[in-house]
Amino acid sequence: MITWIVRRLIQACFVVLAMTVIVFVGVHVIGNPVDILISPEADQAERARIIASMGLDQPLWRQYGYFLWDALHGDLGRSFVFNEPALRLIAQRMPATLELAVTAVLFSIIFGVPLGLYAGLRPDGFSARAIMAGSILGFSLPGFWVGLMLIMVFAVQLGWLPSTGRGQTEMLFGVPWSFLTWDGLRHMFMPALNLSLFNISLVLRLSRAGVRETLPMDFVKFARAKGLAPSRVIFVHVLKNIMIPIVTVLGLELGSTIAFAVVTESVFAWPGMGKLIIDSINVLDRPVIVAYLMMIVLLFIAINLAVDILYMVLDPRVRLERKA
Amino acid sequence: MSATAGANEETPFRRFVSEFAESKLALAGLAVFVIIALLAIFASVITPQNPYDLAQLDIMDGRLPPGSKSMAGYTYILGTDDQGRDMFSGMLYGLRISLAVGVGSALFAAVVGTSLGLLAAWLGGRADSAIMRLVDLQLSFPSILVALMILAVLGKGVMNVMMALVIVEWAYYARTVRATAMVERQREYIEAAECLALPRWRIMFRHLLPNCLPPMIVIATQQVARAIALEATLSFLGLGVPITEPSLGLLIANGYQYMLSGKYWISFYPGIALLVTIMSINLVGDQLRDVLNPRLKR
Repeated sequence: MITWIVRRLIQACFVVLAMTVIVFVGVHVIGNPVDILISPEADQAERARIIASMGLDQPLWRQYGYFLWDALHGDLGRSFVFNEPALRLIAQRMPATLELAVTAVLFSIIFGVPLGLYAGLRPDGFSARAIMAGSILGFSLPGFWVGLMLIMVFAVQLGWLPSTGRGQTEMLFGVPWSFLTWDGLRHMFMPALNLSLFNISLVLRLSRAGVRETLPMDFVKFARAKGLAPSRVIFVHVLKNIMIPIVTVLGLELGSTIAFAVVTESVFAWPGMGKLIIDSINVLDRPVIVAYLMMIVLLFIAINLAVDILYMVLDPRVRLERKA
Repeated sequence: MSATAGANEETPFRRFVSEFAESKLALAGLAVFVIIALLAIFASVITPQNPYDLAQLDIMDGRLPPGSKSMAGYTYILGTDDQGRDMFSGMLYGLRISLAVGVGSALFAAVVGTSLGLLAAWLGGRADSAIMRLVDLQLSFPSILVALMILAVLGKGVMNVMMALVIVEWAYYARTVRATAMVERQREYIEAAECLALPRWRIMFRHLLPNCLPPMIVIATQQVARAIALEATLSFLGLGVPITEPSLGLLIANGYQYMLSGKYWISFYPGIALLVTIMSINLVGDQLRDVLNPRLKR
């Protein structure tokens, strides 16, 4: 098993390396940042000086070599626009995105599980059917449009919630957080709800299927026969069993939620890394683009690796399959 | 029974049609989609104005609410945008681009994915594991991220968006086709064809491929809807189609800044068009899945 984990780790390293090549070469083929960043009035000597200071005069393979060497030392270049280390820029924006993504995942449990329980317990009722139809909408509606509609209804028409921004933040561990203030929470509600719609639908369907599967089981019948209160049977015995797949799926979905935050952040002008990458693509701020892509690729490879290893440890069937 | 009850003989196609028609919802979805497609195709005939022709636009008519009269005398039934463009005309032209990009990329991805999937199933061994590893790798990243990566590299433009959508989608086809082909190639008819010493390509394309089609059709409908949604999202983010050829997503993005001041119609109606298009395709796709899935056969 140790050999398998080591082999899997080496594989992951190769994927990361391949990704650096793809991202680096790819990003360096599009537009020339020199034309964008140097004012047309600058004379030849000035241009040459700026190009040399950015290292853009070197051949591509050497630029890649420098890039890789620096990346290993935690330096992914300086943003052309902000003139700050790209990694620090992303690290500054990351808490905003993380807090949004984690809130969205929490929302999907808070809304998804009760709705799914209800739909599973009364599968033929009218409201259960309505909930299931609603979950199809959650899967197929483009998230950005739902976000716009939320703004239109709750911010513009009703004026209940603020439409954009992060609101008042509170420092904790030297990082500003929105969830510590009432104003910040009000700002976070709509973006988090928007981001969680897909996951709510997913959790809802999982818990409905789980309830339908668990109810006819012997241990539920036994718990009922023992004379336990119906609410205890449902909320303790059934719920515990259906939470296992839900937690697994949500763990896997955290990565996608962070990726899809790009859309939500753009709609709600939430100052996270997703908004940063969209702005950076629009002005061709290459170091930031590369740094963001590398960070997110690393994140995904880490999540996939962790899930693979966990399955291997937790599920003996997978282990046996690998041996065969 | 359905409309085909009077038919004297039952062909597979007729059975398919009558099974599909069992769901009224799916039929409604199909009807709506056909209407939308016709509206998009004949946009230049139906619309009162060509939204790309600057000479026909009047900036004085900018941001008029739905139902306003234009300077030229006709009614803007869905209002106008900031350029004085009739929203109804702009929407139909946008619909045309959204549909073309969505359907085009889904078809192209189907060709690429099917070829690679068939190849993987047929060759087996190294080629199979190489292709499937690539599929696994790609499916482990969410679609928006893959598309973002490709567009960050290639830049904007209709062709680049289509390319990104194809790269996002091919893996779904490849995985499905491979799985189906692996089952099908164990069947007797393939063995029979091999005994007849038919050329390999002929067995692959004439015998194996047609029998892999049902799951492909289901995947293709789902992918068209996904492609349209993803294209709209990318265009909304400003990474998709250029401003000169606005798709529905870009129209929605254009109206975004005016929405906060209560001028909802610039974003709202293109959004509804997008919504109806995606939902109608999904309704058809769901019914196709139920009809074509052999496991659900009665």
